[in-house]
Amino acid sequence: MNPFKTLTAAATVLLLTATGVAQAGAALNAIKERGFIKCGVSDGLPGFSYADEKGNYNGIDVDVCRAVAAAVFGDATKVKFTPLTAKERLTALQSGEIDVLSRNTTWTSSRDSAQGMNFTGITYYDGQGFLVNKKLGVKNAKGLDGATVCVQAGTTTELNLSDYFRANKMKYTPISYDKSDESAKSLEAGRCDVLTSDQSQLYAQRIKLAKPDDYIVLPDVISKEPLGPVVRHGDDDWYDIVKWTLFVMVNAEELGITSKNVEEMKKSTNPDVKRLLGVEGDKGKDFGLANDWMAVVIKQVGNYGEIFERNVGKGSPLKIERGLNALWNQGGLQYAPPMR
Amino acid sequence: MAESHTPHPDLPPPVSTIGVPGWLRRNLFSSPLNIALTILAAYLLYIAIPPLLRWVFWDAHWRGDSRADCPADGGACWVFIRVHFEQFMYGFYPDEQRWRVKTALAVLILSAAPLFIRSVPGKIKMRLGLGLLAVYPVIAFVLFKGGVLGLPAVDTSKWGGLLLTLVIAGVGMTAALPLGVLLALGRRSQLPAIQTLCVTFIEFWRGVPLITVLFMSSVMLPLFLPAGVSFDKLLRALIGITLFQAAYMAEVVRGGLQAIPKGQIEAAAALGLGYWKTMGLIVLPQALKLVIPGIVNTFIALFKDTSLVLIIGLFDLMNIVHNATTNPDWLGFSTEGYVFTATVYWLFCFSMSRYSQSLEKRLHTGHKR
Repeated sequence: MNPFKTLTAAATVLLLTATGVAQAGAALNAIKERGFIKCGVSDGLPGFSYADEKGNYNGIDVDVCRAVAAAVFGDATKVKFTPLTAKERLTALQSGEIDVLSRNTTWTSSRDSAQGMNFTGITYYDGQGFLVNKKLGVKNAKGLDGATVCVQAGTTTELNLSDYFRANKMKYTPISYDKSDESAKSLEAGRCDVLTSDQSQLYAQRIKLAKPDDYIVLPDVISKEPLGPVVRHGDDDWYDIVKWTLFVMVNAEELGITSKNVEEMKKSTNPDVKRLLGVEGDKGKDFGLANDWMAVVIKQVGNYGEIFERNVGKGSPLKIERGLNALWNQGGLQYAPPMR
Repeated sequence: MAESHTPHPDLPPPVSTIGVPGWLRRNLFSSPLNIALTILAAYLLYIAIPPLLRWVFWDAHWRGDSRADCPADGGACWVFIRVHFEQFMYGFYPDEQRWRVKTALAVLILSAAPLFIRSVPGKIKMRLGLGLLAVYPVIAFVLFKGGVLGLPAVDTSKWGGLLLTLVIAGVGMTAALPLGVLLALGRRSQLPAIQTLCVTFIEFWRGVPLITVLFMSSVMLPLFLPAGVSFDKLLRALIGITLFQAAYMAEVVRGGLQAIPKGQIEAAAALGLGYWKTMGLIVLPQALKLVIPGIVNTFIALFKDTSLVLIIGLFDLMNIVHNATTNPDWLGFSTEGYVFTATVYWLFCFSMSRYSQSLEKRLHTGHKR
């Protein structure tokens, strides 16, 4: 272990012990007192978080924070967004600069344990995929034997790629690039047959091409990249709220509650719907929130499907398929525990 | 009667050595190697310039306000820049408060204008300059940040674009120069404590890359502070950049100090001047004049280095352009964005360079060889 790492680790541990003692359960109170949520987002990732020409933040990750704000304050605008680079993000959370990190962060064991984070759920099941020219006639990744592959140098993407081809006893020629713009250009110029990256990125890459419709993203995913919001260890009340805000949005989609029909659904006879919308029971008190907080989340931000389609799906230029992110009863992985 | 000799009037020089053909022959076709190089250069220009002009002007799209106005036909999409222009200038600074930035800029231009007029006497310029240095940062800070005098507060995280670039560069330059002069004097001081302190400071800050300084300030520093205590991110970056540039500036100034002959200092001592008067009236004016190119060089480097703040998530001009290219509605226009950024940086750096040249000419007192 090099001295710098030791120092960082020591500082982290020291800090965690200090904050752990001082703040157990206090995070939620501090947030309520402050009156807004401090949310860490990406410094620019298409569909996930970016600022538009008016300076408003948009994207899935951004909407997650808005939903949490709606849950806590009944007002989705009570969020202060802090754009963070990939390297800063964990420190910003550890040091208390932000309350929740919603920045396409992959859920891994080391982050969840040693680095003192708690992942609250999965907002997007991402994974490494392939973008190919349609005229190649390839239908899935198994057909890529002998292909020339454009890949970003020095990333886990490169490692996953070689693992996948070796495991399937296929041959390939890698061409490494430093920038994603460069690799898109060389796919277009025909210098490589296929471009590999996380699927959510491939859809963004595809728009940059002169003729996006000539290219398809193959259905195969060769690595697991579950992305979700993160909070600090030790703030259990706060952790529960962020976690259940996600579950509420998924459950709402499953029950057919949208931001448009939420008022009518309050008259529904379905007990699940009644509980979720706060018509029946006291699901607010359990969390220390207003009784209709879940209805407010749906009304102001929308259910999971609405957020997905609006930011990365059919309603956006990215046009990403639901795929793994469809509900569990529609062939996907999005599944939330019941509200009762 | 002696015949006086009248020389034949001079013949005009051969046609091939004057005018355009002469110039061409002397400069472009003087030897076989030159002929080959000229033809090669002409060919390179021929294959590079027309497509560039087509991309930038002829085929470019200027009108419209959405992506649909930019079909992919090989021309630049300046609509992208136009739509985002205000954002590139002010970042996320609230629309209705932007008059404050404009006011601050107008105040700066109007009050600094006399400094650039030759007929204004030097003494007035001196006082005005020093007064401006002392007062203007306060005015600008109050206007930008607000929170007093009935101005709504604008958090520094909303500052961005060219505004942020200029704030960082401006603060860096105005703070680094005096600090650098002090450090340079300290390094040449006879007092061991001061000398050691200055040498340590300079060698430390010069020995680390700016990017690690920014990283430390934004990633490590918060870990060492008690939870909940947080410094303004911009302030952290400003302090880091200023200390870093001061160390460079100190070495530039020291170069100038070493060029001043010892006789100057001895003469000042003979006149009975103390240390500060010797330095302020005799040594520094000569030394600083000598190192104008070095100082401006450092300033230009500093101006461009401000773009490094993008790695700590501050939206300076470079990063705000990058952000705009990640908007799904405007994907694929990164080339236009970066060309625009480069042009803006070039304009600023080139003006600084020209100004320094005119300054050198004005201050030159015949020492030049």
